[in-house]
Parts: sequence; structure tokens; C-alpha cells
Amino acid sequence: MKPFAIDRTNGLCAALFIFFGAFFALQSLSLEIGTALRMGPGYFPLVLAIVLILLGAIILVQAIRVEGEPIGPVAWRGMLFILPAPIFFGLTVRGLGFVPSIFLTALIAAFASGRMKPLTALVLSAGLTLFSVLVFSYALGLPFQRFGPWLPSWLAL
Amino acid sequence: MDLLNNLALGFSTASTPANLGFCLIGVLLGTLIGVLPGIGATATIAMLLPITFQIGDPVSSLIMLAGIYYGAQYGGSTTAILINMPGESSSAVTAIDGYQMARQGRAGAALAIAAIGSFFAGTVSTFLVAVFAPPLTAIALQFGAAEYFSLMIVGLVSSIALAHGSIVKALAMVVLGLLLGIVGTDIYTGAPRFTLGIREYADGLNFVAVAVGVFGVAEILRNLENEHERSVLISKVSGLMPTRDDFKRMAAPIVRGTIIGSALGILPGGGAVLAAFASYSVEKRVSKTPQEFGKGAIAGVAGPESANNAGAQTSFIPMLTLGIPANPVMALMIGAMIIQGIVPGPNVATEQPALFWGIIASMWIGNLMLIILNLPLIGLWVKLLTIPYYVLFPIIMAFCSIGVYSVNTNAFDLYAVAFFGLLGYVLTKLRCEPAPLLLGFVLGPLLEENLRRAMILSRGDASTFLTRPISAGLLLVALAVLVIVFLPSVKKKREEVFVEES
Repeated sequence: MKPFAIDRTNGLCAALFIFFGAFFALQSLSLEIGTALRMGPGYFPLVLAIVLILLGAIILVQAIRVEGEPIGPVAWRGMLFILPAPIFFGLTVRGLGFVPSIFLTALIAAFASGRMKPLTALVLSAGLTLFSVLVFSYALGLPFQRFGPWLPSWLAL
Repeated sequence: MDLLNNLALGFSTASTPANLGFCLIGVLLGTLIGVLPGIGATATIAMLLPITFQIGDPVSSLIMLAGIYYGAQYGGSTTAILINMPGESSSAVTAIDGYQMARQGRAGAALAIAAIGSFFAGTVSTFLVAVFAPPLTAIALQFGAAEYFSLMIVGLVSSIALAHGSIVKALAMVVLGLLLGIVGTDIYTGAPRFTLGIREYADGLNFVAVAVGVFGVAEILRNLENEHERSVLISKVSGLMPTRDDFKRMAAPIVRGTIIGSALGILPGGGAVLAAFASYSVEKRVSKTPQEFGKGAIAGVAGPESANNAGAQTSFIPMLTLGIPANPVMALMIGAMIIQGIVPGPNVATEQPALFWGIIASMWIGNLMLIILNLPLIGLWVKLLTIPYYVLFPIIMAFCSIGVYSVNTNAFDLYAVAFFGLLGYVLTKLRCEPAPLLLGFVLGPLLEENLRRAMILSRGDASTFLTRPISAGLLLVALAVLVIVFLPSVKKKREEVFVEES
């Protein structure tokens, strides 16, 4: 007998689908299920969640003892800087205001690449901020406060 | 002549100065982003989608969106030809011979052939959309809840059939998409579902946030995996006009490509990709000089590019008449319509004829603008290719953030972007294609609503889906597609096609 082996890509994939299926199934159970005639809010999602778990199980079975391709390089640095950028913008756009918030958002995202030099990042973010303020705030008239309440009031233009 | 009246209405709607302007901006922006390497048409549209919401009028905003689509597609072909980097799988075929032509110093001619082929295909297929949309709409108006449910099943199943890689995975992606789509308040009882107690998600996950995350952010992350220098082959594209001999050699492939593309584009689930591949293999088969293919054959650019564009156009037919998206781009269009307060489906043609025919007419206008604008502007697009990637993505991230936030002024949508960016990237790494997920996400609420309504109408008898003839027929089609995909010989062939592509 061969030692237990599993294709890592598909194993992870199966785990992810089963996790999501279990999450939706558990949540559905706390909702009213109803009958096939009058389906409650939990009926359809519960059925789908069970199907998802089953599909995950099939992928898992297929993954066992199959040599798979490696996952390949993972953009750790990219994830570390790209994903927080929109979150940061969401957290600060009201408090700091549009101008500082978008400047810092661009600056955070800029460091996702190892090739970015700090000075380039600053210049790029500043130019981007200027452009965004002109286009989105002045030209398109989006209702953003340019400087928010977290900043001293003399800054508010 | 109803057709002429309708087209006249469409053209008068689409050619108001404002709408022409929006179409133009759409085409320009679409090409601008689409030409950036590694960013495909779907990602481009997802990123630019929020901008179109700033226009109050739904007609103008959908016209602009359609313009973005054509621009993005053309931009994708440009990168495929110039740097052998197709942004989308449908232009992967163009890269084979287009890039070889570019290496032989014929980049200008290749780009012009792609543009001319696309324009011809676009003209013919726009006409086809105008001819076939009204009768289909009439049929669709007869549809009840059971038929809609079965039709959506056909759409979802076909999207699985045409997805890359494992069928089981694609199926799982659809189901996950459906589940994510029904997050939010239940329409019948008002009960909040899967919102984790967050009030901001009571209206469901924002479609734009999901699309930007799964396509835009995930694509940026993938590009950041290994940042290698791109070699831009040509700094100057010269000799734009094809020679008389080129014209002679591209005419027949363009016509054949248009026919293949128009027919396959209606298929749900990515007809344009299939069309490009089918056209390439047909051209190779009928060619007197098949050995030229892969070494810069003109037919290898002209055929697939025409097929690709024709397919892109006719994929509007199921979207406009039935409200069923044939591919992720159409899913984005439907999402945009819903946000604008339009219920997609057969009623659009009767209740909003100006919108319906305006979009159809703008397809042709968009194609015309592409050829008039982009041929002279190719030099500019080539310059864009030299911008290093690390400069581009902070800009893209900033614009995405502004765009998504501006849709609902809801910071939670931005958190959803990050979450779906991560999810999309992880799933791509695990070799799951995101397109079925997005289709599922759009169709989730519709599928559930029609299922529940059909069950109430039939007093809880599930056999209603089989006793109603149209519904039964549609379910048979879905079953047939599934069976065919799982047939060993087809499975093998399918794998071959996708291996060839990657």
C-alpha cells in the first residue's frame, strides 16, 4: 500500500468548499425551513449548502492519492498591502476625509510591489490624489467631504 | 417594417450628443484599461462599472458600459498581438498568430486586420441581434416561474461546461455563487440571512464589490506573483494599412468567423471563447497553407477576432430578451441594470423600447468608434504598454475604492472588496475559475424567487417543472449538456482545448 498522499491544491479546495457549505448550512438551520410548498427563508440555502458540502467531498475523494501540480508562487506581499487598501479607505474616508484617505490608500497599495521606491510611491500617490480630487470631487461632484472631522478645522477647505 | 422603426428609434436614442459622448468615453476608457497587460475585459468592466453609475440616466449609463466592453475587448487584442499577453481567454487565439505577425514587423497590419474583422463582425451581429431579439422576447413573455427556473438551470449548467478545468469545481463555484447571492433579507418573510448580524449587508452583498474583488483585485494579486520585465516588442507601429494582398486573404476568414461567432455567442457560458477557438481550427482546416498557422497567418488573426467580436455581440441576445447572462460580462450588465432600477427580462423590450433599441444601436456605433479612433491612436496605446505595472496597480486600487464606495456610500462594500479579492485569489490559486461564481451570484436571488413561486403555484408539486412542456424541454437541454460534458471522449477533447490555450 502506498503511503497516504493527497493533492494539496484540491485538498485545500475541497476544505474551502466544505467550510463554506457548513457555514451556510448551520446558518440556514437557524432560519425557518418551511415545506416544499411554502419554502421558508432557510429552505433553498440549506439545499444548496448540502450540495456544496457534497461537491467538496467529491473533490476531496478525487484529491486523495493523485499527484497534483504545485500551487506555485503566492503573492504574500501583494495580499499584505493590496487587501488592506480598500479597508483603510472604508475606515477613514469619513473621518479623515477624501483627500488624506485616498492619498494613504494609494500609498499603502503602492508598497505591494518590491520594485516600488518610497519617493516614487509618494509622488505617485500625491499625483493620484490631485487627479482624483479634481475628477471625482470637483468635476463629478461626488458627495465626499474633502477633509474630515478628525483633522483640525483650519484644514477644511 | 417594425425592424426599421425599431432601429430608427434605437439610433435616435443612441445618437443624441450626450449618448454619443458617453459611448465615446466608454470606448476610450475601456481601451485604456483593457490595453493594460494582464487585465482582461471582465476585470476592466468591473473596475469601470461604478463610474457609469454617476450618470443618472440608465440608457446613457448602459450605452457607456457597452462602449467600455468593446473597448476592453479591443484593448485585449492589442496586448495579445503586441506582447503576446492576452488579457482574456477569448483573445488567447489572436495571440498565436498575431504576435508572430508583430515579430515579423507587421504589428500594424495585424492590429488593423483585427479592427476591420471586428467591425465587420460587429455590424453583421448587431443586425442579427435586432432581428432575433423581438421574437425571442415574445416567447419569453409566455414564460412562467417554472420556465424561468429551468432556463436559469440551463444557463448555469452551460457556464460549467465552458469553464476551464474540473467540472466538479465549476459546479461547486456556481453553488457557492448562488449562496453568496442570497445573502441579505429574504423577500418573502423579511428575515435577514447570512448577514452575520451586520445591518449594512441586509440589502445583500453589493454586486459591484463582489465583481471588483473577484475579478479586479484577484487579478492584481495574480500579476504580483512574479513581477518580471515585460518586453515590449515594438516601440513604433508602422505600416498600419493592410496591403491589397492582405485584404484578399482576410475576407473569407472574416466572413466565416462572423458566422461561427454569431451562432456560438448565443450559447450561455462563454460563447466568445469557444467561437474564437472554433474559428481558428476551421481556418486551419480550410487553409491551403496550414503550415503558416502559428507563424503569423493572416487568417489566424482575422477569423478568431471576427468570431470573438460576433460572439460578444450576440451574447447580448439572451441578456436582453430573457435577462439571463451568457457570460460574466453580461452578468455585469445585468447587475448594472438592476442597480439602475431596471428589471432585466422580456419586459424591457416592451416597457423601455428606447433603452432596448438604444443599446442595440449603440453596439454598432461603439464598433464604428473603435475603428475610427483606435487605428490612429494605436501609437498611444503602445506607449501605455511601457508603463511599469507597479505604477499601475496603486492607481487601479485607488479608483476601485472610490468607485465601489460611491455606489452606495457604504464602507462595508469596501470591506467586501477586500474579502472577495482574497477569496477570488485563493480560488484562482486552487484552480477554480471565478466566472461561474459570478453567474451564480447574479442568478441566486432570481433562481430562488422563481423556485419558490413555481412551488406555490403548483401547490408544492415539484413535478410542475417536468409537466410544463417548455420547462421540461429546457431541463432536458441542461441534462444533455451535463451528460455530454461528462462523456469520456468529450471530456478528453475539452481538456485538450484548454491545455492548448494555456
